[in-house]
Amino acid sequence: MQDDVVIRVVAKVMIPAVMLFALYVQFHGDYGPGGGFQAGVIFASAFVLNAVVFGLNKGRHVWPAKYNLIGICGGVLIYGFTGVGGMVLGENFLNFNVLSDDPIAGQHLGILLVEFGVGLTVAAVMVMLFFTFAGRLNHIRLLAKSDAHDRVVASKKVKK
Amino acid sequence: MMQHLPILQVLLPLLAAPFAAMLRGRDVAWGIAFITTGTAFLISIALFLEQRALGTTMVYELGNWAAPIGIVYVIDAASALVLPVISGVGFIATLAARQLVAAEIDPRDHSLFYAAWLLTIAGMLGQVTTGDAFNIFVFLEISSLSAYALVAMGSGRDRRALPAAFNYLILGTVGATFYVIGLGLLYMLTGTLNLADLAERLPQVEETRAVFTAMAFIALGLFLKMALFPLHFWLVPAYAHAPSAVTALMASTATKVSVYVLIRLIFGVFGVEFPGLADAVGLAILTLGIAGAFVGTLAAIVETDLKKLFAQSSIAQLGYMAIGIGAMSATGLAAAFLHLFNHALMKGALFLAIGMIAAQAGRATMGTIQGAGKQIPITMTAILFGGLALIGVPLTAGFISKVYLVRALLEQNFWLLAGLTFISSALALAYVWKIIEAAWLQPRPAGAPELSETASQYVPAWIMVFATLGFGIYATPLVEAAFAAAHVFIPSTMGAN
Repeated sequence: MQDDVVIRVVAKVMIPAVMLFALYVQFHGDYGPGGGFQAGVIFASAFVLNAVVFGLNKGRHVWPAKYNLIGICGGVLIYGFTGVGGMVLGENFLNFNVLSDDPIAGQHLGILLVEFGVGLTVAAVMVMLFFTFAGRLNHIRLLAKSDAHDRVVASKKVKK
Repeated sequence: MMQHLPILQVLLPLLAAPFAAMLRGRDVAWGIAFITTGTAFLISIALFLEQRALGTTMVYELGNWAAPIGIVYVIDAASALVLPVISGVGFIATLAARQLVAAEIDPRDHSLFYAAWLLTIAGMLGQVTTGDAFNIFVFLEISSLSAYALVAMGSGRDRRALPAAFNYLILGTVGATFYVIGLGLLYMLTGTLNLADLAERLPQVEETRAVFTAMAFIALGLFLKMALFPLHFWLVPAYAHAPSAVTALMASTATKVSVYVLIRLIFGVFGVEFPGLADAVGLAILTLGIAGAFVGTLAAIVETDLKKLFAQSSIAQLGYMAIGIGAMSATGLAAAFLHLFNHALMKGALFLAIGMIAAQAGRATMGTIQGAGKQIPITMTAILFGGLALIGVPLTAGFISKVYLVRALLEQNFWLLAGLTFISSALALAYVWKIIEAAWLQPRPAGAPELSETASQYVPAWIMVFATLGFGIYATPLVEAAFAAAHVFIPSTMGAN
């Protein structure tokens, strides 16, 4: 698709806007509609768009596979250890009141961190799912080729 | 620190899993899993002892949000009894996993294997600990999704693990969906998801059709998850083709947790006196339980693959637990809890021993163990003791749970059922004898692969065997704990005890 100048230019304009919107949904989630899950999906869609327009190889170049595991696990750990923070400060797990002097500011900070963890994990999972399925394409093409080859060979044998 | 134990029980394996996945060394991942499951086991024992000493229900409020608005973790006599089963079997299976996983799984996948392993244990512990019906669903999904992945990891050695995992995934998802549909109906009627709060509010709407529909969906979903006959078809291939360590872990814990959740929902939420419960669900569980006991035992008798044989026998054993639940009495529930505990020990011993044979020979069939009694006597003796416990021979733990099961049935004057239970237990002798005959009375065929055993291979299985014998000879504390667990759901004034 990268031969088409319209798609290429529009994608280049759109990708930063999509990412910015994802960040808005992420960090404005505690005041308006949104939150980590939605933001993560939107953020991942920027990488999917990039890979769809400029090809899988360039897409992988922007998001190498080693980021997947770090993103997925990192998000879970951010969530978990934000909860553990409340425990260390003397209250129960996931109590955010004690994260700051003011309980409301504490809750705000806790939710912000937890939602960031969710967003990170969701974005990484989405990108990984896309590349895993898209990566099967070459494999399937090869299989189809060898299958067609086998059939040609088999039909020749029958003719003989 | 002590007051945080209920959350640490679940949180520790849950947060150790990402570390195991990220630190990409196979020994590192195993080390993390070993230390985590060991600590989880100690925590569960501490919780059990504390609960027994206090005799009260411990409640942990997440984020200090009180029930019914917040999610609470509840340690009562029932959950305190089931937690050590899961974490204990998880710990011993992790001990054995080092060898089994090295033999059966690609070294590149080890860190992800142990991550999924810890997640499935965390999910099961969470289902037992939580006092929130939707939280149960979340943990059910955590433990099931990682279990599907674990079963599929057997594909490196046995390609049939892939369709087995796929079937397990489809049926497991159907079960979880049914559970959540039933839960949705209950939430619609009562506006609450907290188990204790649900139990309080349900009597106001007890005569509505929606409640019965909800009961049917929840019971059916959990029947699927606990592999109650005739919803057990996912279980045998999943256990047979999964990596041996996974079979040992899942056969001892996965279905048991669903049995526990069923008891918690049926007796803890609906209550034993709920109109229609004893007639409809109770009768269904009783009938399916005794049918499962016969079908599983008979299928095990004709099976030649040892993993499949003992998977079929699991169907039968789950049938006995179902009979205990279906008796709808305190003694019946206590028998179900006893059998849940004891069966985890014997199946753990059996599958760990069989796993060690399968890891060496590729498969463990009647042919593989033919005449193996002289080559690997210690491993085969572990299988022998496990088999005897399955039949319910005195001095093994299996005897204790069968005694209480028959007692519960006789209390209710279910003479026919008690007789059938006895017959199906006696039939188990057929498949155990088949193994004894093959292993000890037949010569090792020429050209059969050499089997060997070292201490690190049979020690995990023997820990379970000693536990089986220990709880069979000195059963009093366990029986007391099981009755305490049963009285959580059926107060002692209502039962015969």
